[in-house]
Amino acid sequence: MRLEPRAERSLLLTLGFPLLALMAAGLFAAVLVMLAGANPFTVFALILKGSLGSRFALMETLTRATPLIFTGLAAAVAFRAKLWNIGGEAQFYAGAVMTVVFGTGLLPLPAPLLIPVLMFAAMLGGAAILYAPAFLKTRFGVDEVVTTLLFNFIFLLFVSLLLEGPLKDPMGLGWPQSKKVIADAQLPRLMKGLRLHWGFVLALTAAFVVWFIDRRTVLGYEMRAVGHNAKAAHFAGIPVARVIAKTALISGGLAALGGFSEVAGLKGNLTLDLSPGFGYTGIVVAMLALLNPLGVIAAAVFVAAVFVGADAMSRSAGVPSYIAHVMVAASLLTMVTAVMFTRHRLRWR
Amino acid sequence: MTASTTAQPESVLRLSRITKRFGALIANDAISLDVKEGEIVGLLGENGAGKTTLMSILFGHYLADEGEITVRGEALPPGSPHAAIAAGIGMVHQHFTLADNLPVLDNIILGAEPLWQLTSARGAARARVHRLAQDFGLEVDPDAVVAGLTVGERQRVEILKALYREARILILDEPTAVLTPQESASLFATLKRFVAHGLSVIFISHKLSEILAACERVYVLRSGTLVAERAVAGTSRAELAELMVGRPLPQPKVEPRAAGEVVLELHDISANRGAHWLRNVGLELRAGEILGVAGVSGNGQTLLADVISGTLLPATGTVVVAGAAIAQPTPRRMVTMGVGRIPEDRHSEGLIGDMSITENVMAETYDAPPFSRRGLIDWRAARAAAEQAVAAYQVKCQGLDGPVRLLSGGNMQKLILGRVMARSPRVVLANQPTRGLDVGAVAYVHEQLLAARARGAGILLISEDLEEMLSLADRIAVIHRGHLSAPLARAGLSIGELGLMMAGHGSGGDVHAA
Repeated sequence: MRLEPRAERSLLLTLGFPLLALMAAGLFAAVLVMLAGANPFTVFALILKGSLGSRFALMETLTRATPLIFTGLAAAVAFRAKLWNIGGEAQFYAGAVMTVVFGTGLLPLPAPLLIPVLMFAAMLGGAAILYAPAFLKTRFGVDEVVTTLLFNFIFLLFVSLLLEGPLKDPMGLGWPQSKKVIADAQLPRLMKGLRLHWGFVLALTAAFVVWFIDRRTVLGYEMRAVGHNAKAAHFAGIPVARVIAKTALISGGLAALGGFSEVAGLKGNLTLDLSPGFGYTGIVVAMLALLNPLGVIAAAVFVAAVFVGADAMSRSAGVPSYIAHVMVAASLLTMVTAVMFTRHRLRWR
Repeated sequence: MTASTTAQPESVLRLSRITKRFGALIANDAISLDVKEGEIVGLLGENGAGKTTLMSILFGHYLADEGEITVRGEALPPGSPHAAIAAGIGMVHQHFTLADNLPVLDNIILGAEPLWQLTSARGAARARVHRLAQDFGLEVDPDAVVAGLTVGERQRVEILKALYREARILILDEPTAVLTPQESASLFATLKRFVAHGLSVIFISHKLSEILAACERVYVLRSGTLVAERAVAGTSRAELAELMVGRPLPQPKVEPRAAGEVVLELHDISANRGAHWLRNVGLELRAGEILGVAGVSGNGQTLLADVISGTLLPATGTVVVAGAAIAQPTPRRMVTMGVGRIPEDRHSEGLIGDMSITENVMAETYDAPPFSRRGLIDWRAARAAAEQAVAAYQVKCQGLDGPVRLLSGGNMQKLILGRVMARSPRVVLANQPTRGLDVGAVAYVHEQLLAARARGAGILLISEDLEEMLSLADRIAVIHRGHLSAPLARAGLSIGELGLMMAGHGSGGDVHAA
């Protein structure tokens, strides 16, 4: 048994294998559902209904997808340049911290001014957090996987410290939570009575901007060149260290925008459970999207749908909503396998 | 079995009608050949002619679509390297497969012992390695760590590895690519000892002189088909060349030309990277000349090239291009000063394999018009430049958007030539510009270097191929342990003399002088 590279990749393969991959992941989840004593068809129907089956469900899914688009883009941008940013979680919280620092009354500006200022501040916070590991990587060769990953824990403890101290809401009945952002700092809902907010539009815009940077700008070209072959990029005269630094600023800024959008658009304040691992799930989203910025939108909606649908399903079918984690993880594995098969063919003997 | 007698020796290996297709490409088309006991058989062909594919099938890395292989009359199970080794076939790859951090002895026994065995019989292994080394003249210290060995010594370890596995048929894939002429001669002597002991050798090469020097019989492959089988005694260099390429080959014609003003100067350049040094190197390159730098690989030519390419900052000394001293040489600075750079390693430095032809053609000048304005890339201009480079430098490709890694070595080099020469550089740094290329591509690269010389560029040619050096360069300097000798006029220099200088024996005068 061996793998041989395929000479050409047909469209059928490129689309067919990922589809097969999702089906395989579903099959795997079905086995677990049966072990839990439920009928997989009912369970999948419930997940589908709970995530996409009604206007309300669909809006809930898109609301959940919003932060994932941001963190997914953050991972995709960095990974394309082979900057392994595992610190999306810290950068996400950095954006949220900046939003509550400046958005809870410190800057009494009208909304059209305050919101851009808060976005900028949030991006600055996230960018700064990833800039340090990128500098250590290019200057001293420190592995950014280790630094960004470990910094997540440090920063979460720092947020906890802030919420017990300077940022603690005096009216919060002792809970570790910040004050609510002022009305001018809030992102409006897209429609009355919905939870879906302008953060979603912002996320879609960000995806298109990233796509534009990648395809049309000098910076995008440099980032791809560095990602594919840093040595050749250096030889050709591309300033590799500077490109990695710029990548870090963009990637950190994108993850931080997710934190801003979640606080200013949905939650209103900062708590320690603002993110149920959006930073990490963003990596999964980016990988499922094969690092394509527009693909990130689809991947984020898919992952969000699985989580939202599984929540709804577990309420009525009694299968634990953890099945969502299994489904997402399994689809990642099968997707990676599928990508390999679009590029290689399996030969027996 | 006794060693070969004067009677007709029997075939130990027979390949019959081996066919291998990759999609529409026929890499091997019904190739039959046989190898007799105690002979050295050459396998001659350009890159891409199918030599490596054929040997990969023999060694079980690939599966033939048709045909069969017999060793000593018994069919060899296809697709199994284990079966090939068990049948006594040993392979010495072009790129060594040694663990640098382990001693020689460990490298030799690595993989030859069962995995589930707690003790390793090192004493017995050492004795066997010692005996093999003595029998065949392959002296190497079994306790030396591989990282500290010269390339020639590493090759000996690779050969010992195959012999240790009781190989009776040894396949050597382009074994002289990394050796000095003297080392090659010693390798050929070793091969003669093998056949005297009744072993058989398949010698793969695209260098005619080596085939003629080492082999008794030669098979010539061209685009996947076997075009000829010749006894070396009854053929000539010209005939083999024509068989291999399919047409008569032009010899590079070097028109005499007076050298002009100095275009590149190095003063007292010292640099180091790891254990490699460049010590107080000085040189002057003039317009309209080719200055050759000969040397065994690892003596500092990579550092010299990197300094001129702008990828290595020298510790001392100055680089002067066209009269202007360059304070901090960077790749971009050197490019804008009119230095065209053909790097040693096309794959890791010259091109970005996963990016398209267009993206690679623009790589050195992407952030200036016409390729980009105000941070935005003008893909139309980039494509136009790529189209021009592909057409002008005869790059064979299936469109400008495919990844560069799908191109053959020769076409990659043509693409780099297109990128470099499009700007009519004052200085051309050509570092091993023909390494690993087939004869046709080599001739093309030579033609282009001579064209640049005729146009008035100064060309610094760094090469380990002495024939190339002697046929192209106006003056030749030798680099040894980081010192660059004063250049000598080509007229009157011989390969033998150069070889001695490359080994560190200066020929008259002070070799270390700047």
